[in-house]
Amino acid sequence: MSYWFRNDSRLPQERLAAASYVIVGMITLLLLGFWKLQVIDSDKYVVMAERNRVRSIPIIAPRGRMLDRDGRVLVDNYPSFSVLLLRDDMAAVEKNLPAIADGLGLQLDDLKEQLANTGALPKFQPIVIKPEATPADVAFIESHRADIPLLEMLMVHRRRYLPGGFMAHASGYVGEVSEKQIEDSNGKLRPGDFAGKSGLEREYNDLLVGTDGMRRVIVNSVGKEMGRLSQQEAIPGKQIQLTIDYDLQQIAEQGLGDKKGAVVALDPRTGEVLAFASHPAPDPNDFAVRISKEEWQRLNDDPGKPLLNRVTQAQIAPGSVFKIVMATAMLESKTPPENFTAFCPGYGVFYGQMHKCWVYGKKSHGVVNLHEAIVQSCDVFFYNVGMRMGIDTIAKYAKMLGLGERTGIDLPSEEPGLVPSEEWVQRVYHHKWYPGSTISVAIGQGSVMVTPIQVAYMIGGIASGGEFKQPHLLIKDSKEVPEKQVDLAENTVEQVTQGMYGVVNEPGGTGNSIRLQGIEFCGKSGTAQTMSYNAASRLGLGKGKNDGWFVGYAPRRNPEIVVAAVVEDTAEHGGTASGPVVRDIVKAYYDKKEKKGQGQTTVQYKHYDVDSVRSAAMQAAEEQKPGNGEDRETAKVEKVSNQKARP
Amino acid sequence: MNDGTTTRDYDWWMLAIVAAICALGVVEIYSATHGSALAGMHMKQIRWLMIGIVLMFVLSRLDYHVIMDQAPILYIIGLIALTAVLLVGHTRFGAKRWIPVLGEFLQVSELVKLIIIIVLARFFAEVRTDELSLQDLIKAGLLVGIPLVLILKQPDLGTALVLMPMLIVGAFLAGLQWKHAAVIVLIGVMMLPVGWHFLKPYQKERVTSFLHPEEDAKGSGYQVLQSKIAVGSGGFWGKGFGKGSQNQLGYIPVRYSDFIMSAWAEEQGFKGVLLALGLYMALLLRLVQNAQRAKDRAGMFLVMGVTAALGFHVLVNVAMVIGAMPVTGIPLPLMSYGGSATLFVFLAIGLVMNVRLRRFVN
Repeated sequence: MSYWFRNDSRLPQERLAAASYVIVGMITLLLLGFWKLQVIDSDKYVVMAERNRVRSIPIIAPRGRMLDRDGRVLVDNYPSFSVLLLRDDMAAVEKNLPAIADGLGLQLDDLKEQLANTGALPKFQPIVIKPEATPADVAFIESHRADIPLLEMLMVHRRRYLPGGFMAHASGYVGEVSEKQIEDSNGKLRPGDFAGKSGLEREYNDLLVGTDGMRRVIVNSVGKEMGRLSQQEAIPGKQIQLTIDYDLQQIAEQGLGDKKGAVVALDPRTGEVLAFASHPAPDPNDFAVRISKEEWQRLNDDPGKPLLNRVTQAQIAPGSVFKIVMATAMLESKTPPENFTAFCPGYGVFYGQMHKCWVYGKKSHGVVNLHEAIVQSCDVFFYNVGMRMGIDTIAKYAKMLGLGERTGIDLPSEEPGLVPSEEWVQRVYHHKWYPGSTISVAIGQGSVMVTPIQVAYMIGGIASGGEFKQPHLLIKDSKEVPEKQVDLAENTVEQVTQGMYGVVNEPGGTGNSIRLQGIEFCGKSGTAQTMSYNAASRLGLGKGKNDGWFVGYAPRRNPEIVVAAVVEDTAEHGGTASGPVVRDIVKAYYDKKEKKGQGQTTVQYKHYDVDSVRSAAMQAAEEQKPGNGEDRETAKVEKVSNQKARP
Repeated sequence: MNDGTTTRDYDWWMLAIVAAICALGVVEIYSATHGSALAGMHMKQIRWLMIGIVLMFVLSRLDYHVIMDQAPILYIIGLIALTAVLLVGHTRFGAKRWIPVLGEFLQVSELVKLIIIIVLARFFAEVRTDELSLQDLIKAGLLVGIPLVLILKQPDLGTALVLMPMLIVGAFLAGLQWKHAAVIVLIGVMMLPVGWHFLKPYQKERVTSFLHPEEDAKGSGYQVLQSKIAVGSGGFWGKGFGKGSQNQLGYIPVRYSDFIMSAWAEEQGFKGVLLALGLYMALLLRLVQNAQRAKDRAGMFLVMGVTAALGFHVLVNVAMVIGAMPVTGIPLPLMSYGGSATLFVFLAIGLVMNVRLRRFVN
């Protein structure tokens, strides 16, 4: 060994001592760092550690079911899984997005757009990226828990409606809450939550929604559940019982079939809605998951307007159904007096304008009184009545009988219809009322518009002697149902109901073909022209286009059931187009009542399967053959737009 | 045992401190891994500790003058090993650092650290002047510079950085002149932007995420944040053994190794940190004391090289855990799990014992 070290014992003691101070200083500084984290800022980090450790997973409360009046299930739920995307870590989300899109079979662009749209929401709120997870999706999520710890599954309850759009406009549908709804809900709603968007689902949303529960679990750093802390059970939404009678509803749905129109049946004694159908109808099951933009656009653009609830929102000229208003007004106002008669040569000239009766060219009604005029639906008689009465008297009674204003049925977005008056014309069109317009209004044409629910409500009210019970779909104590009492003279009610009895039961009545054996079935048809006979001929469309009404009820006084039906854009007229479905419902009502009276069980729980309802509807549509046109009663009124008021 | 040294001359106090620190480490490794797929890791660590202690005693028997005599050869062996690992080394965790030895993978750079301590001690011991000349300073710099570049190539920034305090402490004790120190600091600051370009992307990311932790959600910024949450949520008293949620649920990154202090701090709280850092301080001061009592400059430089390396490890690792320094991947000596690192520390302590044993021998 070479002595390179030479026993050199000069040690730099001062510098070694300095090294000791450096060590003490270093350790002190580190301890100060720990002091800051562990003592000064500890609370903050305790919260953060807790947020890491604990994940709150909502337990979705099922919505309340909807039952029919006999307790049969109309709308219920089925369990399903939604895929949630956790967004606490946006860098990881962006990195894994293509893999997620691929694994779940989603479009990457859609996913990106959704993320962009929900960017304003708090980061700790997960978003639903796929509402209906397939077994393959579940497998994907489970197998990628470690490398894609961003996906979570949430058990939800999806709405199940009867197939084929059964009662769709009454039930309405639920949909994912919009961002605005979330903002407005003060934290009650989360993205991916469902709320009623239309119909009863919306009207009674507060009843139907339950209170979501919460499961607090411990998760590890890769999102795996390691233990459970607490569980707050969900409180299911309330079940609601509807006034709808499934049996009558089914007849209404089948009766309408492929036709565009509406049927509504009421019990005028209580205001209960027994059947409620509007066609075409969307299948709300399509909305129960998530509707694509294209599908939504298609529904909105569909000329058949499947999203329009025709029972409460279609504002249609009532046609001859309005003659009931005219008859009531005439008897009540005694203008003209009760014994007024008119001569009908098939047309009449008023204010220099020729107005045809619906029999024009085929026959004439001759001299008719009020009863005959109702039964045979003579236009000329009511032209004369209208001319003598004047528009404001017509408007007064129409409004009194519930037209021109909402019935107040428990559904959102009901339309009020329209009852024209001098004041209305002045307000909207800024000119004076043309007296010639009154002539058209007198037979339910011109600018008068009603909804099917109004027609049923009005006819029921008149036949009940002026007792108008507000229509409603939710079963409730009849004392709670708002009621309107209209003063009608006994004679008025008697005469008008006799007239409507005659329509169905007298030879020559416009509803004579649909009379029912053993039932005091009364009614009134109406055919409102949407395109005149002449115009239709010119366009080569044949007979012209009508909205065909029939409103029927039984028995004649204080009826138990009233049914209003309208079929739009039909070549037929009211009695043929809409009469049969009204008759079938009234008949079914009595059949059922009779069975009940005999002590038989009428209420049998039915398991509805998709196919039976759908095929029944198809079959009904096929059986519907074109009518024979015997009781054609379209009022041949030329358009009144260029009509000049002449004395 | 006939070279005049006695068993009594071992620094038993220092060994007790070392044993205590190792015990804390084993306890925390057990706590961090017992419920996971890594269960049993504490036993592996105990095995490494046993091997380490044996090696320590073996190394302490061989006169350090004999070892330092071979410094040039050791230096060449170190460079060859570093070159070899670059050529044929085993790649783990994205870096070529490992060579297989006896069925285990050993990090060559740990061995090189030990060699550089010896080489620098030899170099500075041969400086005869009271003040370190610029020439000698530059020579020492080159001596460290060559292996440093090779280690950076692996890349292993952490180990490369450890070489710097060895050089600085050595130069300081060899009589570094203040003017030279000032110039070096100045040049160093000016070279910072240049050095930045030589950093690997992930190294740059670590630095940027250290400076702007909020911009890095899942990378090293996330790691440091989770570590801080663990430390901070531990509070003064700690959550208790095996009860740290950040630790047990895996939120702390490599909780049994580089971030073991984070796991310890969460479960044992500030009082536990006080104990651990107190032990480290005692160890380091004890090392300095051994240097002060060394028989000659050669022994003093050897001990202080070890002190510089261990002190730097403690500083950088613990500062990283509390978010005061960027993530560099430097383990905490004696507490972090790891074979190579543990063996290095025990061999280094073996050198210190070696010096101590011979303080009265002529």
